Amino acid sequence: MTARSLPAPDSRLTWLDRLRARPRARTALAAALPVGWVTVFLFLPYLLLLIHSFWRLDEHQVIVHQWTLASYRRLFTTDVYPATILFSARIALSVTLLSLVLAFPLAYLLAFKVRRYKNLMYMAVIIPLWVSYLVRAYAWKIILGQEGILNGLLAQLGLIHEPLQFLLYSKWAVIIALTHIYTPFTLMPIYAVLEAIPPSLKEASQDLYAGRFQTFVHVILPLALPGVLAGSTFAFVLSMGDFIAPQLLGGNDSALMVSNVVVSLFGVAYNWPLGAAVSVVMLALVVTLLTIANRLEERFNYRGERGRAMKTDALAAVVTESRA
Amino acid sequence: MTTSRTGRGDWLSRGLWLAGIAVFVFIYAPLLVVVLYSFHDSRIIAWPLHLGTLSWYGVLWHDRGMVDAVVASLKLALLAVVIALGIGVPGAFLLDRYEFPGKALFQRLVLLPLILPGIITGVSLLTFFTFIGLPLSAGFPYVPGWPVVLGHGTALVSVVVTQVFARLQRLDRFQEEASMDLYADAWLTFWHVTLPNIRTAMLGAALLVFTLSLDEIAVTFFLIGRQNTIPLQIWGLLRRGITPEVNAISTIIFLVSVVVIVIWARLMHDPQGARA
Amino acid sequence: MPGFLPPVTPPLVELRTVTKRFGDFVAVDDLSLAIAGGEFLTLLGASGSGKTTTLRMIAGFEQPTTGAIWMDGQPIHALPPYKRHVNTVFQNYALFPHMSVRDNVAYGLRMRGVAKPEIAERVDAALAMVHLEALESRAPRQLSGGQQQRVALARALVNRPKVLLLDEPLGALDLKLRKEMQLELKHLQTQVGITFLYVTHDQEEALTMSDRIALMRAGKIEQLGTPREIYERPATRYAADFIGETNLLAARVRAAVPGRLTLEIEGQALEVPAPASSVAPGQEVWLSVRPEVMTMVDATPPAGHNSLEGTVEEGIYAGSLTRLRLRLPGGSALVLHLAPTGTARAAGAHARVAWPADRGVCLVA
Repeated sequence: MTARSLPAPDSRLTWLDRLRARPRARTALAAALPVGWVTVFLFLPYLLLLIHSFWRLDEHQVIVHQWTLASYRRLFTTDVYPATILFSARIALSVTLLSLVLAFPLAYLLAFKVRRYKNLMYMAVIIPLWVSYLVRAYAWKIILGQEGILNGLLAQLGLIHEPLQFLLYSKWAVIIALTHIYTPFTLMPIYAVLEAIPPSLKEASQDLYAGRFQTFVHVILPLALPGVLAGSTFAFVLSMGDFIAPQLLGGNDSALMVSNVVVSLFGVAYNWPLGAAVSVVMLALVVTLLTIANRLEERFNYRGERGRAMKTDALAAVVTESRA
Repeated sequence: MTTSRTGRGDWLSRGLWLAGIAVFVFIYAPLLVVVLYSFHDSRIIAWPLHLGTLSWYGVLWHDRGMVDAVVASLKLALLAVVIALGIGVPGAFLLDRYEFPGKALFQRLVLLPLILPGIITGVSLLTFFTFIGLPLSAGFPYVPGWPVVLGHGTALVSVVVTQVFARLQRLDRFQEEASMDLYADAWLTFWHVTLPNIRTAMLGAALLVFTLSLDEIAVTFFLIGRQNTIPLQIWGLLRRGITPEVNAISTIIFLVSVVVIVIWARLMHDPQGARA
Repeated sequence: MPGFLPPVTPPLVELRTVTKRFGDFVAVDDLSLAIAGGEFLTLLGASGSGKTTTLRMIAGFEQPTTGAIWMDGQPIHALPPYKRHVNTVFQNYALFPHMSVRDNVAYGLRMRGVAKPEIAERVDAALAMVHLEALESRAPRQLSGGQQQRVALARALVNRPKVLLLDEPLGALDLKLRKEMQLELKHLQTQVGITFLYVTHDQEEALTMSDRIALMRAGKIEQLGTPREIYERPATRYAADFIGETNLLAARVRAAVPGRLTLEIEGQALEVPAPASSVAPGQEVWLSVRPEVMTMVDATPPAGHNSLEGTVEEGIYAGSLTRLRLRLPGGSALVLHLAPTGTARAAGAHARVAWPADRGVCLVA
């Protein structure tokens, strides 16, 4: 080996080196752009929305910059608005439950029963998530319409003599379409937690005399709980805030969905403070639900540190979804 | 894995497979319907289906409004990618490596646009831009207005942050120490060691932002100026009544999305050590 | 405690009253150490003893809370890692996965701005030194653990650092490979002549490879000396127990003359060399006797030997030796090593063991 030595590195400090030794300055520099941007374009807008909800509209259709609870009062005393929120919540609940029922078996199948091409199959299930939301909602218009495919097929099979009216332009169409759209979304976190269950756990359970059903109930289900919670929360929250599907497929029922109300209040029915108030109520509901879900997930998270890392990954993967 | 040979076990297993396949079909069938009907030879979309024409794609090609919308959407998506990467990558590094007061709040805020229904973000940004007096059409010619560009970029920053953050968390810290041990200062270390390891995550995030921006409706609805984007254009067509032209553009979007996502998936499984 | 130090040469690296605190936790406590040029010094200790933190402070990845680190007459504790002429071999190798073996090894030279032809020449030499020329274009993930370890070594050594820091580099290797690498590393160090600062928790490894060992405990140096010094003359009970096996017997000082003590253990009088610190009669001390210096004897022990009697409890076969446990009347146990050819003793049998008096060590702490 060559014995020639190399000169020592230059030991003079540059300004960059000095900066490295001052952690507070480094943090400030690193935080400037992201924190600044988020403050201006996220924090301030949400804040402004909140502030708008405390203003009101006067007789001349001008927004009065005066602190008042008038908009909220109007919201809670006029029957329409609470009814709307409740109606949207009920629809969201139906969508969530249906999605769970559909997603869980498929997730279970993919996680435990598919051997080869597991990644490929999982990708195949996920791909529709990124295909245009509008396309997926629109597809149901074709399927459920009076002259649509479902009616046509049923008629051809002789099962019905008249096209089913209630399918399209009703809350059923909305529920079916939203279920279709959000099932893959619900599936992702469930698949993630199921996948993370080491096969040795199932084997240990069976070694200790538990049958397949008992193993499922006592071992698999509790461990899958965080994923189920994550999936259902997102399905619920996003269904509640959806406005494309109701407008396309909801018919008269669509007027009762919260998001449509907000859209009209910021558009045709011009009342920004009221619209802001409704948005804030929806926001509060969503944040509350998410916090509860988070707490529950932490309580039922038996996997400790690795479980938490799992959730971040699932979140990173799951929460990049297109929706209205 | 133990296989139960009892009749009941098989029945359960078979039931599970059937259920799974049924759900899979449920997920894909409607998309297939849209694609098939883009070749339907009648103006009216009804059963039964008659395949056999490409004319709707022709109509699409000559639809001036739609072509403009496509161009506008592409420009908007590219700008959104630039903003989302420019803010998101520093944001991911900030979350991964630094502690500061208010970090939890910052983390929450960054994720909000992804978690909340889009209309809330859209409405908030609308009130913001109105409040500061920036008109929706403000901006350079031939480019979508500032509000919608900033809105898209901001709403999609979270995508970049989550993707790059997840990758950063997986990086071996010792590699960066090794690099510094080998006479590379902070900048050289970032360039030669950190960046190559997060490159695919950044690319993947960029692809996702691009795709999501093309399909973005809620925020765009409130912030768009005079131009239309593809989803808004389709929306307009739908209000006028369904024609298979909508199926045609939908099919194209579907195919483009699939291609982009497949590329993204390949990137995420890069064999260069840091596996997603 | 001062260990052997070449009297003429000034130390290459000096830690002067270095303390490192992480919040409330004191990882390194007022530590002072002088490392000579060309020596193989091992920081030995259990996890949490502060050995890795000390290494990292020399490398530059941690700053001392108080104290100073000097190298070659210059203070270096304020310098970032890339300005110090030291290199590290990491525990998990930390090879760059996106670069080939060759590029990994060349990295440091590249960052230093060395000319390309010279880089090529030095990298070739480094790869040859660790016998990896054939694998130079492979990616790290294609290599075995042992091969990765050599790449890490080459990558560090090619820069001709003044000190090479090694952080438990052999931990991930299996036993046989580890033993091979221990010898190779030792030969490499002698051949190259660079100071090696080695961190490990494996005392056998430390004994095999080091010129000097610094036994660390709770952030302080428990004992500093050559392997032989630490093994044969441990300064504390901890040192005696940490390195090798030993028997520790509680004793009381009966009489003290210069250079020699008479101890009383279970009523018996035993002789032992006097320890460095002075002891008074009546003081309670410990006697350390290593299992391998004890032998089974019949009634009378040879001159100059101590002996104790007990009952055989158990003999555990361990290949090259058998460990025999003897229960003394007072309740303590003794373990001695029997050679394979030694006579076996049945459990419950009465036995007497003896050892040369000056092989015992009296420990105060």
